[in-house]
Amino acid sequence: MKTVIHNARLLGCTTKAAGYINSLGIIEDKIAFIGEEPQGFNAEQSIDAKGLMLMPGCVDLAAWLREPSLDSLTSETYAALASGITTLTYQPEQAAMVGNSAQFNLIQDINQALGHAHIRVLGNLTLDLQGERLSNMGSLKRAGCVGVTNGWQPLQSLRVQRLAMEYASTHNITVFIYPLELALAAGGVVHEGAVASRLGFAAIPSAAETVAIAQTLALIEMTGTRVHFCRLSTEGSVRLIRQAKAQGLPVTADVAAHQLFLTEMDIADFNPLCHVRPPLRAERDREALIQGLADNTIDAICSDHQPHEIDAKLAPFQQTEPGISALETLLPLTLRLVEQGYLSLEQAIAKVTSAPARIINDPAGKLQVGAPADLVILDPDYLWTLELDSMLSQGKNTPFAGWSFNGKVTQAWLSGRPIYRM
Amino acid sequence: MYKHLTPGALPSSMQLSNDGRLRHFLTIEGLSPLLLEEILDRAEQFLSLPEKQQKKAPLLRGKTVMNLFFENSTRTRVTFEIAAQRLGADVTSLDIRTSSASKGETLLDTIRNLEAMNADMFVVRHEHAGAAHFIARYAAPHVSVLNAGDGRHAHPTQAMLDMFTIRKHKGEFPPLKVAIVGDILHSRVARSNIHALNTLSTGEVRVIAPKTLLPFDVEKMGVKVYTDMDEGLRDVDVVIMLRLQRERMGSALLPSEREFFRLYGLTEKRLELTKLDAIVMHPGPINRGIEIASSVADGPRSVILQQVTNGIAVRMAVMAMIMGSGGMA
Repeated sequence: MKTVIHNARLLGCTTKAAGYINSLGIIEDKIAFIGEEPQGFNAEQSIDAKGLMLMPGCVDLAAWLREPSLDSLTSETYAALASGITTLTYQPEQAAMVGNSAQFNLIQDINQALGHAHIRVLGNLTLDLQGERLSNMGSLKRAGCVGVTNGWQPLQSLRVQRLAMEYASTHNITVFIYPLELALAAGGVVHEGAVASRLGFAAIPSAAETVAIAQTLALIEMTGTRVHFCRLSTEGSVRLIRQAKAQGLPVTADVAAHQLFLTEMDIADFNPLCHVRPPLRAERDREALIQGLADNTIDAICSDHQPHEIDAKLAPFQQTEPGISALETLLPLTLRLVEQGYLSLEQAIAKVTSAPARIINDPAGKLQVGAPADLVILDPDYLWTLELDSMLSQGKNTPFAGWSFNGKVTQAWLSGRPIYRM
Repeated sequence: MYKHLTPGALPSSMQLSNDGRLRHFLTIEGLSPLLLEEILDRAEQFLSLPEKQQKKAPLLRGKTVMNLFFENSTRTRVTFEIAAQRLGADVTSLDIRTSSASKGETLLDTIRNLEAMNADMFVVRHEHAGAAHFIARYAAPHVSVLNAGDGRHAHPTQAMLDMFTIRKHKGEFPPLKVAIVGDILHSRVARSNIHALNTLSTGEVRVIAPKTLLPFDVEKMGVKVYTDMDEGLRDVDVVIMLRLQRERMGSALLPSEREFFRLYGLTEKRLELTKLDAIVMHPGPINRGIEIASSVADGPRSVILQQVTNGIAVRMAVMAMIMGSGGMA
């Protein structure tokens, strides 16, 4: 199948056409040309995207898709696609581990039957995520895992972490570290700051994150392992990663979109929808995270999507499950950073496309001849309001209901197939 | 399961009715000085009435007050029971720890069931901050919620009975220096007292504790912080001692009971640093020889037992005001 899209403003383009209005052609599942349509291209479908933007589909580094089932993957991958996300990265967790190729294949098999979005998979870093013995990382890599992680599960000791990192680097696998020193978090549920003091919550100090990052950086210096730091939340973390990059260490980092818009003040009324991990921190942390994005200390913005049943949020704050149903706000919140003047449009788009794609070594995330035709058309002037009833994810747990956004995905292609139209 | 309900913010403003009267009583924070004074004045009336006459004004006749104690506290529960009974209400107390919660029932289901038994007011004690707000938000519209302590967050009736006791002895708040001593970090009493004292324009509110027992940035709540007790007690009019839970000792927060008493225990000698007529308060139950010497607890400056008596009048006042606001209608 050949498709050509005319008159779109191209975003995320690796050539000179970036930011300009131009045409793009698709043959089968790849981008065939960018710019003038070659003579005799003979597209079967031709689309006029005047006034619209064409960008690579977003690559989300973290979606907690729980136990892979037809039911859950159907709704969540479709919600992703309709929100401009064409690649999701599956996170292993206690109830949904990725310790062998069968578990990896199960996810891919279910998903391939659906065909709404690509799913990339992070494998277990340690056996059963117990933090004691190594997982079969070599096999997981060969099965197709794009990295390994222990998620929020703690490692038994720094020695285990060192060995896991060395073994990962033997197989050239990126280790995804969720930085949290549990002993310092001490059962806390919110940021240790003014609001926690007022409300009397057990709290997680910023140092619980920075201590973990500093320790990991010291191990990277020793082992040379490529590490991706997940979900930065504090000013100090940004500073440490900035230094590490200046030093030339092989590190990357991401931040969850909600950390860029919410702070500890948002839990002042016990709003369980703002119960997230890592916790929402102080205003200066939020500002430092945005600054870190702007100067490329933080490479990527992810959704950290965690859909929950409503019951999980209907309890006193401390007893609610952390997490936000966030697929549908990843791109809208990222675009809002452009509106607010923090990032250029190209820079913002890169944070959710090419940068995360690079971290998982994925060919997607850019407009380039030969790249996968995972494409999204965005109407930049479409003003809309997020409403719970119209959310596509099974999880309606978002604190952003009622927020108005500028810009909406109107069409999407996955591997060259036009599978979403608003 | 609860498809029709939406989780969201639980603002303290919901404790007031549209015309600014008390609808629930969840926290001191955000209440006006006028409203706090109204509580104190109402309590004064109840206290001055002989018990027999109180029973002639059964403001809560035909109403059902349910004490929901998810955390144990005999004293607080009993004072609430007495307060409600004196106002003519039917009172039931449930020790939820040993019943439904331990069978895995959710808090919402527990509340729904109790509402079905025609409860008009829930008096709630819960181990988690915000639990009373949560119940107030999701309870039936005619039900009022009175917070009897939620986690480390708030204990508003305790704060009001403390204010009542202070006012009885000291009159106006602006000239006063008040020190709160001990485990501020884990104390809902300290938090509610800080808000109440500041709302009533107390001259100076101090907290005295080692750094391990102070919340992060506690000075932002409007207090002066002292880590040296002798300095902190100088010239104060009121000393509020807090209970130190014994289990804190093993947890690296403090080295030993002995050292704590030596550095932060209220002794007769230390009391000499305060104003001559300073009063000593404690929310109870007291740990003799840990935070307070027996001679001080039983001494002439101690008003600890008056606090208990005043607690009943203050709780009657709050219940009566909630009734008057159209709550429990």
